[in-house]
Amino acid sequence: MAQVLMKDLNKKYDEVHAVKDVNLHIRDKEFIVLVGPSGCGKSTTLRMVAGLEEITSGEISIGDRIVNDLPPKDRDIAMVFQNYALYPHMTVYDNMAFGLKMRKFPKPEIQKRVQDAAEILGIQELLKRKPRQLSGGQRQRVAVGRAIVRHPQVFLFDEPLSNLDAKLRVQMRVELKRLHDRLETTAIYVTHDQVEAMTLGDRVVVMRDGWIQQVGEPLELYSKPANKFVAGFIGSPAMNFADVTIADANGVVWAETPGLKVRVPPACLERLRPYKGQHITLGIRPEDLHLAGGADPSEYTFDSTVEVVEPLGSEILLDIKTGPNMMVARVDPTVRVKVHESIRLALNPERLHFFDMKTEAAI
Amino acid sequence: MKNPIAGGAGGAAGVEVALPHPRTSRVQPRTRVLESERLLAALLLAPAVLLLGTFIAYPFVMGVWLSLSSTTVGTAGTFVGLKNFEKVWNDSIFREAFQNTAIYTGLATLFKLSLGMWLALLLNRHFRGKRLVRASMLLPFIVPTVLSTYAWRWMFDPTFSVLNWTLYKLGFIADKLPFLSDGVWGLGCAIVVNTWRGMPFFAITLLAGLQTINPDLHEAASLDGANAWERFWYVTWPLLKPVTLVVVVFSVIQTFSDFQLIYVLTGGGPANSTHLIATYAYQIGVATGLLGEGAAISLFMLPVLFIVVWLQLRYLRRLEGA
Repeated sequence: MAQVLMKDLNKKYDEVHAVKDVNLHIRDKEFIVLVGPSGCGKSTTLRMVAGLEEITSGEISIGDRIVNDLPPKDRDIAMVFQNYALYPHMTVYDNMAFGLKMRKFPKPEIQKRVQDAAEILGIQELLKRKPRQLSGGQRQRVAVGRAIVRHPQVFLFDEPLSNLDAKLRVQMRVELKRLHDRLETTAIYVTHDQVEAMTLGDRVVVMRDGWIQQVGEPLELYSKPANKFVAGFIGSPAMNFADVTIADANGVVWAETPGLKVRVPPACLERLRPYKGQHITLGIRPEDLHLAGGADPSEYTFDSTVEVVEPLGSEILLDIKTGPNMMVARVDPTVRVKVHESIRLALNPERLHFFDMKTEAAI
Repeated sequence: MKNPIAGGAGGAAGVEVALPHPRTSRVQPRTRVLESERLLAALLLAPAVLLLGTFIAYPFVMGVWLSLSSTTVGTAGTFVGLKNFEKVWNDSIFREAFQNTAIYTGLATLFKLSLGMWLALLLNRHFRGKRLVRASMLLPFIVPTVLSTYAWRWMFDPTFSVLNWTLYKLGFIADKLPFLSDGVWGLGCAIVVNTWRGMPFFAITLLAGLQTINPDLHEAASLDGANAWERFWYVTWPLLKPVTLVVVVFSVIQTFSDFQLIYVLTGGGPANSTHLIATYAYQIGVATGLLGEGAAISLFMLPVLFIVVWLQLRYLRRLEGA
């Protein structure tokens, strides 16, 4: 049980500046997820916490100890690797017991802890097997088991589910969440999958090019993205973006682009005032679009042509074209539209996002 | 027809006409013979069998026959049963050669393995000029043994030894060391040269083995609290065992039957004290002309090597099966 603090953390390789000025306060018992595209520095950050990478500058503390110069074994952490990193020549039992054996725990204690962990994970039957006799999901459990027998202060997960097939991944995701609720240990989890990040994290850290983009609770990231990158990264299908011009006509402010003319909602007027006459980026999530009905005010509807229809069962994704802009709309499964059909779509004015063209920051 | 390929049905018909139909074309008799799997197999195996038979089976059978006969250079000889083996077994020089071979093989393999492992572990790290060092390490292995051994002999020379000169100038010794003029020293020198020559093979092979070990395992072990030695002992070494065993088997076979090195370095001397089985077999069989006895001496290698190799392979199979 411990908090983890990162202060002005930097990692430079010869030519690559992989992690830039990361400041993060991970609270005790918190499940925090680092997410971002590959090469964003999330794994490097995790490995610096683990002690597997040297810190170029900055400070990491676990609990109340600064761990910069502590070797991995003295940091009281346990890590689950992407490819499980199970010792292939040892049985499941020995794999799980290895860390305790190295720390000179008495045998009965080792036995008890391994049995307990095996029970939690439902792998009692597998203890005598070798890793290669196990399925992917079972190996994953053993890797988690190896981490929890140690009762560490912090769990580190490095994309632990990405080698599993889609169905198993969903199942293990739930199990990991349940496990965290039960063990109440601080956990840092790295993934490139935003769904995993949203479902597992108490808080999510979005990273890009070594910088932290935003830290927040999952729904906060979704509803109030700090910038265009976070807006596009969180949510699936991704947010639609269109370059629009802010124009004032007789006291009414419009966001305009060929094929699309949306009235700026009164709530946003104040914020958009400095951008009058300028280009900005308009963001609309696919789920905030629907087929226009009679009740939808005309200033929030627009015409478009259907290019692709993707029926998913619970919803239908429509790839549409409006003017030069391609967008995706997520509509009700009862909607019946054909390819090349012209449709009128309405958007939810309360859920419009605006981003500065230059800084990409949310307005 | 405007365009014969453009039309759907027309195009398909055109293709069918263009290809010879398999059922209507006549099968050549020769092709039919080759369709018999047995015959084809025999035909394909023939070159290999011929080569192995000529260069391995025939000399081996011939060697066994010679060892059971009184053949010498110039006389055909007759069957004498196990008389040659009996005579050789009671020969004190042979016994010494046999003992030398065992010591030579045992110590040289041990040194090659431990030094080769150490080198492989060093080379498995990242450092500047890694490729160059790795490549240059193979030099002793590439240089013809006879050439490199001549160089070593020069260094061990009773009169001109550069080693003696250096040690003397540095004040470590007052008298010359009897590198090749003493039986025990001579065998020691041979072991040194053999280790020098064979170590790269161990190092390169073990390095290849090391590189197949997932580096995550070491990271996992270091998080598990293992220090460098424990990581080697509990992770690297067990995973490297199969490769190690294969290298050791190869090395034992080659070292036990080594000839060139001793032949050039000491010629078996002084006073026949540094002979190995192979050099002694050559001395009796070829130099002295007693082909039967020489063959008997060399055949003494067979059961020993057979047992060693069998044991190692059995262990290897168990290791892989586990």
